[in-house]
Amino acid sequence: MAETPLDGTATGQSRPVGLHGVAADWASDQRAFKSVSWGKAMMWIFLLSDTFIFGCFLLAYMTARMSTTVPWPNASEVFALHIGGVEMPLILIAIMTFVLISSSGSMAMAVNFAYRRNRRATVTLLLLTAFLGATFVGMQAFEWTKLITEGVRPWGNPWGAAQFGSSFFMITGFHGTHVTFGVIFLLIVARKVWRGDYDDDGARGFFTSRRGDYEQVEIMGLYWHFVDLVWVFIFAFFYLW
Amino acid sequence: MASHAEQTHQRFPQTATAAHAEGQQHPIRIYLIVWFWLFVLSACSYLVDYVGFQGYLRWGLIVVFMLLKAGLIVAVFMHMVWERLALVYAILLPPIAVLVFVAIMAIESDYTALTRMIAFSGGG
Repeated sequence: MAETPLDGTATGQSRPVGLHGVAADWASDQRAFKSVSWGKAMMWIFLLSDTFIFGCFLLAYMTARMSTTVPWPNASEVFALHIGGVEMPLILIAIMTFVLISSSGSMAMAVNFAYRRNRRATVTLLLLTAFLGATFVGMQAFEWTKLITEGVRPWGNPWGAAQFGSSFFMITGFHGTHVTFGVIFLLIVARKVWRGDYDDDGARGFFTSRRGDYEQVEIMGLYWHFVDLVWVFIFAFFYLW
Repeated sequence: MASHAEQTHQRFPQTATAAHAEGQQHPIRIYLIVWFWLFVLSACSYLVDYVGFQGYLRWGLIVVFMLLKAGLIVAVFMHMVWERLALVYAILLPPIAVLVFVAIMAIESDYTALTRMIAFSGGG
């Protein structure tokens, strides 16, 4: 599968590696990303553009926080929960982080089993990933509800700088939307794997235009890992900083 | 990066053939190891807040744990170490532009904060 005629490389012909490889791959009239399918290349380019979007959100948050003369609310206290009479700082966010990392792990395993053509394990792991993703969104809804009842608004909050609310709703809202769409597409891909659409005699259609290739599961995985990746940065900069 | 991929293939010899046979196929063990480390690193970043480190120690630890987690996810879960360098550079180099943007906006927000302190001394 790695060496198709579309690569512009004859089968068995070896290409230069390292910096010479970069120059050779980009140099002449040929397919730049050799054995990478268009689907995977386009997903990577989409993720790159998404990186800039989230980068700009975090940048706007940094600018607001650095330029305000009013103290910034302490995230450790704002996101604390009372559990059994004990005040646990940031505990909900920590649990959300672990849930999302677990889902990333199960997604990686799903991709692995898809390439092994173990459909049952792939579907199970995809559904587990979707379940964990939905759990994450549910906890985020709880978090939003808690903050809104405490009086956080995009234009103000009881604890300090007004920009806290707008940054919070914008960044976590956009990330939560990504997770939600990820869950929807995970369910779609899981159904197609379940039906065997990616097998050699599978039905053609939306997301299954290439028969006999489970790469679509890996491309789905790229998106899902990216959502986890963005959360790593949000967790560090918004919640911990 | 390409040499890393070759080293990895040598360490997991069954991967080299499998990767060429069909897509990205690697031993499950490597995913479980990365998964384990992601848990450990997340716990560490949470502990930074729980223990209550402040100042440069806090920020340094947060950034280190964040970069380690991001690196593991991109390298192994997203299979970047096994891709050709042409794709790796095309995806990983452009975000460096964001760092330049960060530097510009940091200077700008310092200036804004300064003017706010001068113009609205009661807080603004």
